[in-house]
Amino acid sequence: MDIILGLVRDVLEEGFIYGIMAVGVYITYQVLGFPDLSVDGTFPLGACVTAALISVGVNPWLACLIAFLCGAAAGCVTGFLHVKLRITDLLSGILVMTAMWSVNLVITGGKAVLPFYDQPTVFSSGPASLLSGGLQDFRVVILGAAVCLAVKYLIDLYLRTKSGLLLRAAGDNPQYVVSLGRDPGSMKILGLAIGNGCTALSGCILAQQTESANISSGFGMVVMALASVIIGTSLFRKVKFVRATTSVVFGAILYKTCLVAAMQLGLPTNYLKLLMAVIFTIALVSNNFFAGRRKTSHVNPTQI
Amino acid sequence: MSTQLKSEADRAFVSLQHIHKTFLPDSVSEVVLFTDFSLTVEKGRFVSIIGSNGSGKTTILNLICGSIPADSGSIGINGRVVDKMKEYERSRFIGRVFQDPSKGTCPQLTILENMALADNKGGGFGLERGVSKKRLDTYRTQLELLRLGLEDKLGLQVGSLSGGQRQALALLICTMTPLDLLILDEHTAALDPRSSENVMELTERIVREKKLTTLMVTHNLKFAAQYGDRLIMMHRGSVVVDAAGAAKSALHIRDLTDKFNEISIEDGN
Ligand SMILES: Nc1ncnc2c1ncn2[C@@H]1O[C@H](COP(=O)(O)OP(=O)(O)O)[C@@H](O)[C@H]1O
Ligand SMILES: [Mg+2]
Repeated sequence: MDIILGLVRDVLEEGFIYGIMAVGVYITYQVLGFPDLSVDGTFPLGACVTAALISVGVNPWLACLIAFLCGAAAGCVTGFLHVKLRITDLLSGILVMTAMWSVNLVITGGKAVLPFYDQPTVFSSGPASLLSGGLQDFRVVILGAAVCLAVKYLIDLYLRTKSGLLLRAAGDNPQYVVSLGRDPGSMKILGLAIGNGCTALSGCILAQQTESANISSGFGMVVMALASVIIGTSLFRKVKFVRATTSVVFGAILYKTCLVAAMQLGLPTNYLKLLMAVIFTIALVSNNFFAGRRKTSHVNPTQI
Repeated sequence: MSTQLKSEADRAFVSLQHIHKTFLPDSVSEVVLFTDFSLTVEKGRFVSIIGSNGSGKTTILNLICGSIPADSGSIGINGRVVDKMKEYERSRFIGRVFQDPSKGTCPQLTILENMALADNKGGGFGLERGVSKKRLDTYRTQLELLRLGLEDKLGLQVGSLSGGQRQALALLICTMTPLDLLILDEHTAALDPRSSENVMELTERIVREKKLTTLMVTHNLKFAAQYGDRLIMMHRGSVVVDAAGAAKSALHIRDLTDKFNEISIEDGN
């Protein structure tokens, strides 16, 4: 029983932490239709920035904010490359992802792993220290969930503002944004900033959990985030009362469950990335399959 | 007729002066469309534009809206020179409905969200609430004018509406805020005859009510003859018929058809 409880805890810990990134990627991929590969670079960016800040004694919550802003800045670069310099979406992401490798190394002072053991983190100081006895074991789940749900809630609020509506319009029909006298390109950049900000925050929280930043921790993040988004949104599409942002967090948890289950069933660690790719492929294919079936039920544009 | 055109030039509200436009220059598929093309429209005119395929009707509208740049020449709208303005900047005083019903609205947003966005055109798009409850009644009243029953379906995704409903909504939406110029590019062409008539009647109503200066390209000679107070026929980048006021009323649909057939045969289609 304890083993199962431990597994559930592990799944939830990681699910919520990566769920923050899934919410961000929901904005870029689902709302804007932008397959953003820079996520592989901005996730470790958040981790590295956090490690560098916390090891010099910066407040861990302030580190979260700064990590978010750094990720947002990197997202702006992706957006700038795509919107202003007219580089394709995929290439813009690859460029930023590649450049981030060096940026991250500079931040960690050339180290591949930058630990900050025994420094205060969001899991060991502030509100976390108020958790009593038994709850201490679940502090990562509790704080991870709190941060993830707070981000989700803020994004929900944002999407209902005028700016948020315009962002959704920019993803849905850029010409409509033009007709409102606004530049859809700017909205794209803004969306990428939010998406990568959330991704960096996700990397930041993960780094605080492990008390170290690993510059190769971003490898495979695009696949994980997109899989979470696609699994979440396609599973809960029919369920009206579940918001899309909630469903992508469920998607992240579900995705982690699959990975952990596979590991428990004896899959060697070396096959982990292969499994990630396979799950993503299945999610994509089944999503296309259902989307294809939905399309046929659409109203013919000429009938009234 | 020439005196009338002269007076239009003096009081030009929309003016295209000495426009040159060549597509794909110096290539095998080069199209020299406009050489020294000029056109003026006076305030309050409802102009219908017809013409053979490829005669440059859509290109004129694209040039005015800034969707494509002219090679040379100048375009003015309501006293402003707009040559250096981007398409989205010009959109602040131009409303446009496209042939494709999916262009004028956001399919994944609801009717209400689409209207709330349009309602805020010209304002800042900040962090205020996107949809204001106070405006609901106004939106409903405006939708009632369409007579399509959409006022009871504010929460419906626009993507699930028919083409005719979407065009009517697009027309309503782009005229919600004050405009200098309304641009319609074959906005009934993708619709079946009945919805096409409905949207055309709605167009007439809105244009007259708001006294909008309007450029309407249409494939439908009957609409061109019936609606608007000036008619322009284009052929290979030039104006071949231009009749306003009484001269337009005197034009018979048969004359138009004859002329139209003549230029179409010249093009071999
Ligand atoms: N983007 C473009 N690239 C190349 N040729 C174009 C482009 N847009 C229009 N043309 C050409 O210009 C001519 C006029 O096109 P258009 O203005 O769309 O005609 P229409 O009067 O049918 O609306 C056509 O011969 C068309 O092939
Ligand atoms: Mg055309």
